[in-house]
Amino acid sequence: MSSATSTADTGRFEQAMSHVHAGGYALELRDLRKRFGKTEIIRGVDLAVRPGERVAIIGPNGAGKSTLFNLISGRFEPSSGEVLLNGHRIDGKKPFEINRLGLSRSFQITNIFPKLSVFENLRCGVLWSLGYKYTLFRFLAGMDDANQRADELMKMIRLDKKHDTLAMNLTYAEQRALEIGITIAGGANVILLDEPTAGMSKSETSRFIDLIREVTVGKTLLTVEHDMGVVFGLADKIAVVVYGEVIAFDTPEAVRANPKVQEAYLGSVLADEQAASAGH
Amino acid sequence: MTKPYYEFKPYNVGRWIVWSLFALVLLGAPLVFSGNLSITMLSQMGIAIIACLSYNILLGQGGMLSFGHAVYTGLGSYMAMHALNAAADGQWPIPVSLIPLVGGVAGLFFAILFGYVTTKKAGTPFAMITLGMAELVFAMSLMFSEFFGGEAGISGNRVVGEAFMGISYGPPRQVYYLIAVYTFVCVGLMFAFTRTPLGRILNAVRDNPERVEFIGYNTQKVRYLAFMIAGFFAGIAGGLGALNFEIVTAEVVGAARSGGYLLFTFLGGATFFFGPIIGGILMVLAAVLLSELTKAWLLYLGLIFLFMVMYAPGGIASLIMMNLRVASFGKLREVWVAYLALGVTALVVLLGGGAMVEMIYHLQLDAAMGDVVKYLGMSLHPKDAGSWFGAAFVTLTGLGIFELTRRQFSAQWAEIQTEIEKEIKRRETQ
Repeated sequence: MSSATSTADTGRFEQAMSHVHAGGYALELRDLRKRFGKTEIIRGVDLAVRPGERVAIIGPNGAGKSTLFNLISGRFEPSSGEVLLNGHRIDGKKPFEINRLGLSRSFQITNIFPKLSVFENLRCGVLWSLGYKYTLFRFLAGMDDANQRADELMKMIRLDKKHDTLAMNLTYAEQRALEIGITIAGGANVILLDEPTAGMSKSETSRFIDLIREVTVGKTLLTVEHDMGVVFGLADKIAVVVYGEVIAFDTPEAVRANPKVQEAYLGSVLADEQAASAGH
Repeated sequence: MTKPYYEFKPYNVGRWIVWSLFALVLLGAPLVFSGNLSITMLSQMGIAIIACLSYNILLGQGGMLSFGHAVYTGLGSYMAMHALNAAADGQWPIPVSLIPLVGGVAGLFFAILFGYVTTKKAGTPFAMITLGMAELVFAMSLMFSEFFGGEAGISGNRVVGEAFMGISYGPPRQVYYLIAVYTFVCVGLMFAFTRTPLGRILNAVRDNPERVEFIGYNTQKVRYLAFMIAGFFAGIAGGLGALNFEIVTAEVVGAARSGGYLLFTFLGGATFFFGPIIGGILMVLAAVLLSELTKAWLLYLGLIFLFMVMYAPGGIASLIMMNLRVASFGKLREVWVAYLALGVTALVVLLGGGAMVEMIYHLQLDAAMGDVVKYLGMSLHPKDAGSWFGAAFVTLTGLGIFELTRRQFSAQWAEIQTEIEKEIKRRETQ
């Protein structure tokens, strides 16, 4: 990576990181609530994630996991409560403002630029963080730092042979990888992955988890995941969301042993999995 | 790292050749087509190319379907004409060569003004707002006659002051060369725009605006900036139009003009940069030649547009690129027979259909001119069942054979595409 790249990277997060006091949190939710009409979907969530932690969010369908992500990333505005990124209030800000402060997310339904090549997809992801913004009077071809970074990303997500392939012509698994690539491209230090392995086969999933672990080294990671094997393998901590509330937030072992979690969610999931494996 | 990027680089030989050829064509065209009508048409083509390319910044590159692009070309025309008249009166010392830039600045100004509202939304709301803006400006053009000159419009004389090195812009040929220079520079600049970060992010906004918000960009601002750039080049096209015609009437901001830009940009091909260049050329050919040939030219144009939307939504440019791809895999030879068959049967349909269209137009518009329609050297009798029967027979027979040929061609084409895909996979794994 060129020196220009690292300077720009440093510059981008200097401001955000300067607010992190000793023992501070990378991401903090305080009594976060979201109502749609009369229905309260998120009912007072408190969550504090330390820098570098990997947190898996689990819970039954409709518990509000994706809504939580949408609230944090600015897609929806919270009805009340606070979201803090590196000590900064970000609730009510627009998605692009939040992204500029160092938080990036992926989507459950693949969300890429279908008519651009793999390389272009990734380069679009890096441009803002390198300070190119709405630049009109310089050519992309001359931006060596952006091109190198896009190339590195392409190798990291193992799509370097697909440089010129249009994103819409990739296989599903490749598109999911590109989705992750775009998400990490801007160098954000807090990464939200919404069901990254959704729709993948078992073998694809395990390879993909390795990839995620590799590309998010040193970053704070929040991920929504259904596959319990993945969750217990990847996460430092697990947050269990049921009916818009976090009923447990602890290490995997503690969560597994938590009777409340057993009763509300995990018991039925594990029973289902056992039944499924017994059936085979 | 020495990865080759397929983009603008000063030492890219292929690109040098293409741009040199483009310059040569612009320079040489009036020598080959040297008649007065030809020169006028060439001038109009240059203007239409700039206008269609500027429209494509919105449509093809930004995914913004504007129904009011003539607002910016048209207001550019008006401002340029006022500037020309001010220069002629000695109120403003501006050389005629720079008058089109006045149009450009006017286009930019109005794009900044109106674009602030229009680009707040994307998709269908954007299209609706542009339509409203266009109606608003057209209505105003008839209300404020001091500025717009009412229905008569405003006119001027592009010969201002003494000739400079023999250039007075009196002869159409001199105006053509002025337009050619502007065309070359504007096409170059608009191409360069597609190679900048803003140009690329605009493509991303077209593909997936939501995702762009999550990589740090304000999509509304991206649309707004692109709208301004499109407005600037549209204004230049308008300014050149004012110089070329020496008269500007309300129709230059009208809905028909806006529709024309949309139609021909689409026909030329919005997905490739050079598509609107083809579109611009076709626009002038249709308006000048096709309209001479038949009164029903708008109907034919509508039909062509219809078929293109249905069967070749990428326009002529994408047809060319698809065939180049087939040719690059050495498979074009396999389809030329099918192309010939398609062409011949389509001509038969056109022959029969055209006869019926001409007869209908004759009955509706020219019934007083007699009972005979001259059609490709034949005499048709619209009041005689025989002519109708013959025309219908030719049309239906043609349609039948065309459909058979088309089905066979589709199957063959799909097969070739599969083979090409396999070949690409094979090369990738090597």
